[in-house]
Amino acid sequence: MAAAIYSLYIINKSGGLIYYKDYGSAGRMDTNDSLRVASLWHSMHAISQQLSPVSGCSGIELLQADTFDLHCYQSLTGTKFFVVCEPGTQHMESLLKYIYELYTDYVLKNPFYEMEMPIRCELFDINLTQAVQKDRVAFLGR
Amino acid sequence: MQFFGGSEISPSPPVPTASGNNGHMIYMFNRNGVCLLYREWNRPLRTLNAQQDHKLMFGLLFSLKSLTAKMDPTSAEKGNLGVPQLPGQGCSFHSFRTNTYKLSFMESPSGIKIILVTHPRTGDLRDSLKYIYNLYVEYVVKNPLYTPGSPIRCQLFNTTLDQYMRGIA
Repeated sequence: MAAAIYSLYIINKSGGLIYYKDYGSAGRMDTNDSLRVASLWHSMHAISQQLSPVSGCSGIELLQADTFDLHCYQSLTGTKFFVVCEPGTQHMESLLKYIYELYTDYVLKNPFYEMEMPIRCELFDINLTQAVQKDRVAFLGR
Repeated sequence: MQFFGGSEISPSPPVPTASGNNGHMIYMFNRNGVCLLYREWNRPLRTLNAQQDHKLMFGLLFSLKSLTAKMDPTSAEKGNLGVPQLPGQGCSFHSFRTNTYKLSFMESPSGIKIILVTHPRTGDLRDSLKYIYNLYVEYVVKNPLYTPGSPIRCQLFNTTLDQYMRGIA
C-alpha cells in the first residue's frame, strides 16, 4: 500500500513559496527551482478556475501524474498547502487540513512571524515532521 | 505509461464508470496548438470567448506538463522549467480534479492531445481517451478529404463521439 510523501510546499496568497520540505525523493529541488515551481502552481491553480464549465470552482484539488499525485488544499485566506506523494496515497486531504491546523497554531500565533514571509518556526518543523512520519510508520509497519 | 501498450486495433468501448449526463466538453489539439476539435454537451458557464478559451486550455496543459516533468520525484535528471517537452519525455499528468470538474488528458506519440472535461466524480478515463483516439484515427485520419492540422469537420466522427460520450458519461 503506497503511503510515501515525497515533499510538501506551502505558498502564500500571492503565490510566493513560504515553506518547502523534501522527505527523500530523487527529485529534490534547489531553492530557485522550488520557488519557480511554487509560482507556476499558483498560476495554474488560478487558471483552472477560469476553465470551469460550472460556476463555483475553487481550483485544482488533485493532480494525477504517471509517477506521483499532487494534493492541494487552499485555505479560505488563499494560502495553499500541497503535497507530492506516491500515486494512490490515501488520506492526504485530512493530512493537509491537519498541517493547516499546525500552521495556524505554530506559525500564525507566533508573534515573531511576519505574514507572507518564509516560515522559520522550529516547533512547526518538529510537529510537521511528526505528523508526516506517522504516515510513514503506518506504511512501514504493515 | 502514457502510450498505449495494447495491441488492439479496433478496441471495444471500455466499461462505463459513470452514468448520466456527466460529460461537459472535449478538446483536441495538435502539437502546434491548433484546436482540431471542441465540442460541448453541458457548459452552463463560459468565461472567455472561444479563441481565448482554446489558447488558455492549451497553455494550461503545456505548463502543467512542464510542471509535472520538473516535479517528478523519481527522476534526478530534469531539464529546466518551461522547456517544451516532447511527447513521452518526462513525467506527464493524466488527470486533475477540482471541486466542480475533472479534466482527463492524453497525448499521443504524434502530439495529438485529447482533453475531456467531466463531472468531478468520474473514474479513470484513460481507456476512454484511447478509444476516442482510435475513433479519431478511423474517422478523421483515414478520411481522404481531411487535411492534417486543420479543424475536424467530419460529421460521422462527431455523431460517433456524441454517442460514445452518452454511453460512458
